Amino acid sequence: MSSQALISVNNLVRYYGDVCAVNDISFELHAGDILGFLGPNGAGKSTTMQILSGNLAPSEGEIRINGVDLLEKPGDAKAALGYLPENPPLYREMSVDEYLHYCARLRRIDKRSIGDALDLAKERCGLTRVNRRLIGNLSKGFQQRVGIAQAIIHSPHVIILDEPTVGLDPIQIREIRDLIRELGTQHGIILSTHILPEVESVCNRVQIINAGELVYASDMQGLLAQQSTDRYEISLSRPPATDAMLASDCIDRVEQLDTHRFIVHVRGEADCLAAEAVHNDWGLRRLVAHEHSLEQIFVNLTLGEGEAR
Amino acid sequence: MILTIAMRELRSLFLSPLAWSVLAVTQLIIAWSFFSQIDFFFSIQQQLVSLPSPPGVTDLVVMPTFEIASIILLMVTPLLTMRLISEERRNGSIALLLSSPVSMTQIVLGKFFGIVVFMLIFVAMISLMPLSLFMGAELDLGKLAAGVFALVLLLSAFAAAGLFLSSLTDNPVVAAISTFGLLLLLWIISSNTGGTAGVLSQLSLLSHFAPMLRGLINTADIAYFILFIATFLVLTIRQMDSQRLQQ
Repeated sequence: MSSQALISVNNLVRYYGDVCAVNDISFELHAGDILGFLGPNGAGKSTTMQILSGNLAPSEGEIRINGVDLLEKPGDAKAALGYLPENPPLYREMSVDEYLHYCARLRRIDKRSIGDALDLAKERCGLTRVNRRLIGNLSKGFQQRVGIAQAIIHSPHVIILDEPTVGLDPIQIREIRDLIRELGTQHGIILSTHILPEVESVCNRVQIINAGELVYASDMQGLLAQQSTDRYEISLSRPPATDAMLASDCIDRVEQLDTHRFIVHVRGEADCLAAEAVHNDWGLRRLVAHEHSLEQIFVNLTLGEGEAR
Repeated sequence: MILTIAMRELRSLFLSPLAWSVLAVTQLIIAWSFFSQIDFFFSIQQQLVSLPSPPGVTDLVVMPTFEIASIILLMVTPLLTMRLISEERRNGSIALLLSSPVSMTQIVLGKFFGIVVFMLIFVAMISLMPLSLFMGAELDLGKLAAGVFALVLLLSAFAAAGLFLSSLTDNPVVAAISTFGLLLLLWIISSNTGGTAGVLSQLSLLSHFAPMLRGLINTADIAYFILFIATFLVLTIRQMDSQRLQQ
């Protein structure tokens, strides 16, 4: 990890009236990090991102972007920042080129290098063929790409993306994910999304926020370590009684999903479970590692608390 | 940076049919009243000659035209300013400005000057009509300059008030109606002849605009307009800042 954090957030608090939307959040982002920011609707994801991007002022707390205090020197801090809100901030009456040119000027790119910055951003986001089209006439997916182009045009240190793949087709989603991975090698990225596989495929760190509080933070390796699971989903055409299954040495625990499907906790490797099934003539149809650990963590953390309320 | 924002605002105005239709309609109405003023001037020209110091064509044609222009613009300015901030807030494009390295002051000034440049185009087009009289008459250039100056100050004041009211709501129509109401109130307040008329007419736009149209440039009137504009710009900046805090 590099010595200086690109973003450091300390004890961030935000109230809407009496409602506490973000409660005492602290975290850091370093160069090369792609941080997945997860949480159910209304958990405070977008609020946090709006605060980080300077769209909302925090009630309490400190934010440093690339070492610069966002509240004391907002201009310098924001120069190191690219932000794509939930709804891309577009002017429908402008053409793509006009719009990106305007964004480049706003982000302090000097006049001579605007052309290059524009070309690079358009190429990265696959916009090279819509230069002179009006933004209002573009499809949702293209508008989303213009929104991303706007956020990366000044190659900022920190890129904040609020649900960047919404409204895109599967191929575009893959392209955008590749783009995010590529950007992540040089920049720090915060990515909020509802799509858990997206986080698993793109991010190297995960944070889950629920009811305004940070309830989970881990890097992806830690998560993967948990993912090397001992749980398997097994489907049997002639299932025995669960007691009979537990009689086996390698089966630790069994959860029955329906008449044919079970989740089995295995001691040791999966092949002993397969051998057991064949040996006892259970009619093995399917044996899959049960690895939804991010989803599992997400559900446990968010739903559990939700019900407790 | 202010210039960048201002130019985008101006361009945006001209990309929508609104600016063009506003320019066309107002130009038509003002041109018509200009011609009727000329007509009126011709009809009383004979009597004017007998007066000891007769009012010239500048007093009888140009200034009434400017007066009508100011009233028409009082009605039209709310339509031009209503979208400035409210629409950006409504469709979320304000996030671009707020996440860019520009201060709130720069955003507000940029938007203000965008509209002011549009107003300058407007005044230039209106001024072309009296200037055409040069072909056959003598104009009092000093008075004409005073009139143009007064119109620019007045329209800038309209724009500042409209900008502020646009920052209060995210509904452009509400912004337009409240701007129109405020401007009209500040316009007619001077004709009030009650006991408080003295104080109120000091606040009135008309009572500071009318003397300038007569060619009387007064420091107090200029100060009034500059204070008026500055007040509304500062209020707008404060309003935008506090919206970041509360929302």
